[in-house]
Amino acid sequence: MTESTMKAPKKALRPVKWMRENLFSGWFNTVLTLGVAYLLVTSVGPLLNWFFLDANFVGSDPSACTGVGACWLFISQRLNFFIYGFYPDELQWRVDVMFLLLAVSFVPQFIERFPGRKWLGLFGIFGLPIVGYFLIPGGSFGLEEVQSSKWGGLMLTLILAYIGIIASLPIGILLALGRRSEMPIIRGICVVFIEVWRAVPLITVLFMASVMLPLFLPEGVNFEKLARALIGITLWQSAYMAEVIRGGLQAIPRGQYEAADALGLGYWRKMGLVILPQALKMVIPGIVNTFISLFKDTTLVLIIGLFDILGTVQSTVTDPAWQNVAIEGYVFVAFCFWVFCFGISRYSQNLERKLDTGHKT
Amino acid sequence: MQTPPKDQPGKKPGIIRVEGMHKWYGDFHVLKDLNLTVDQGERIVICGPSGSGKSTFIRCINRLEEHQQGKIIVDGIELTDDVRHIDTVRREVGMVFQHFNLFPHLTVLENCCLSPIWVRKTPRKEAEASAMEYLERVKIPDQANKFPGQLSGGQQQRVAIARALCMKPKIMLFDEPTSALDPEMIKEVLDVMIELAGSGMTMLCVTHEMGFAKTVADRVIFMDGGEIVEQAPPHEFFTNPQEARTQKFLQQILAH
Ligand SMILES: Nc1ncnc2c1ncn2[C@@H]1O[C@H](COP(=O)(O)OP(=O)(O)OP(=O)(O)O)[C@@H](O)[C@H]1O
Ligand SMILES: [Mg+2]
Repeated sequence: MTESTMKAPKKALRPVKWMRENLFSGWFNTVLTLGVAYLLVTSVGPLLNWFFLDANFVGSDPSACTGVGACWLFISQRLNFFIYGFYPDELQWRVDVMFLLLAVSFVPQFIERFPGRKWLGLFGIFGLPIVGYFLIPGGSFGLEEVQSSKWGGLMLTLILAYIGIIASLPIGILLALGRRSEMPIIRGICVVFIEVWRAVPLITVLFMASVMLPLFLPEGVNFEKLARALIGITLWQSAYMAEVIRGGLQAIPRGQYEAADALGLGYWRKMGLVILPQALKMVIPGIVNTFISLFKDTTLVLIIGLFDILGTVQSTVTDPAWQNVAIEGYVFVAFCFWVFCFGISRYSQNLERKLDTGHKT
Repeated sequence: MQTPPKDQPGKKPGIIRVEGMHKWYGDFHVLKDLNLTVDQGERIVICGPSGSGKSTFIRCINRLEEHQQGKIIVDGIELTDDVRHIDTVRREVGMVFQHFNLFPHLTVLENCCLSPIWVRKTPRKEAEASAMEYLERVKIPDQANKFPGQLSGGQQQRVAIARALCMKPKIMLFDEPTSALDPEMIKEVLDVMIELAGSGMTMLCVTHEMGFAKTVADRVIFMDGGEIVEQAPPHEFFTNPQEARTQKFLQQILAH
């Protein structure tokens, strides 16, 4: 018997051999390799210098920046504004609580054996918006009111993206089911809704929400600008979400629908217990893609005068007190977006692996 | 419990009654004037050439397909557009498909418990205990916590049978349950079905397994071109078929 002693052959990693085979196989590859290496060396050095070695990190005012490297001082000095916008200093703990809750709900999702992480995740999805609804604007439970016009920065970006994401998923599911419904009226309504919203650029939606909607609303009814933007973003996003989910629904074999029918599950249990779990799992990459692009699209609210993180940075880099800090500002914004989008993406991969039950259709 | 319909006093009523049933797919007349009465505990095998409408027929009995004319009455309930009637009938009629159609995102046990828990409102503990009994009956209790994708075809089909039985149906429909299986797995599924037939279950079975038909069927029905051409007890059906079409079919299928 040899089976118990046989091991799968390991692929040995021999750097020199690998390099000879892949980088220096022939004169053309060698020239290419050397050229790329030259470019890397000459560009990485100056970049490193600018980012770290020549950069200014400490100090208390703009004069501390030498101008040779990056002026990270600018970011740290104005960080408060970038994160909270005009939210009053003494009330910022409320936003901090929300950041903390957000982290507590979602960071454990990356740790396989974290106790109760499912409940934390559920809290993050259902509880967090409720807590935020009371905490951020205040005005109840003895909390001082903070007008939404004072919200801004990263906090506003997260609010827009979070609500947009959480609300658009269920609406998108309903729209997708509706579009595949056998009832012509429901199907018609869903098709029209999806096709209308999907065909309009988000900027237009935001404009209409902020400029045109008030014209149609009766006198005295006054939605806040932020609420209108949120509704616009959510509905627009739902239309996209619906199409992604419909793709999943269509990919489920007919036999699954029939088996659920034959068991007498009825429409809603069939969809909720059998079809949607499979369909959603199948389109996780598409859903996440939509989430990420929404996250970035929230920057468009700048156009209706809301100051998200990009807006706050943009308005500060033109501050005459600071000279030539635009690059630092935009690098910072890019970094913030990258952190969150990468987080979402990693989480989704995590989820896909966990939900894999080893079947192939 | 269903009380027997009053129009037939004294006589044991057919648990399935199909009367003058027609079905069209668009302009295509698939089922033509079918009439059939099945008594409780009867075991019926339906056979016939490909495309003769066998699947369509048994799928009409739990309304996976709609018929356009005639009557289908299952366990005293007529199948109409009324969704409540359809759901009531489906609870009493289990179905096993050619391609198993297990739910791949649920474990074997969850597959079996899904409908009892959500439709019959059986408490989870009870549903799981009963599911384990059925899994034992189909001889795969040890696979209860695996996912369908990790089982062989024969095992999957036995799970599918157990899943249908978990609803404690009065009638079981089988649509070619063994034709997607490798030969060595066919027997394990047929054994389960034979055992089930012995327990007094009302069964309607589309199959080309003539051995199975000979052992368990009370009646063999031959369909061709959307019509019931001939029906007879298996011994008669195989030794002395009346219709020319039946004879031709039997020659073809018994030839190899
Ligand atoms: N959804 C459909 N739309 C139109 N025609 C259909 C549809 N389903 C089946 N048919 C046609 O109806 C006829 C009967 O089909 P059915 O599946 O009932 O045959 P069958 O006897 O089960 O055949 P097989 O032994 O190949 O399974 C066939 O001619 C088929 O092409
Ligand atoms: Mg068939």
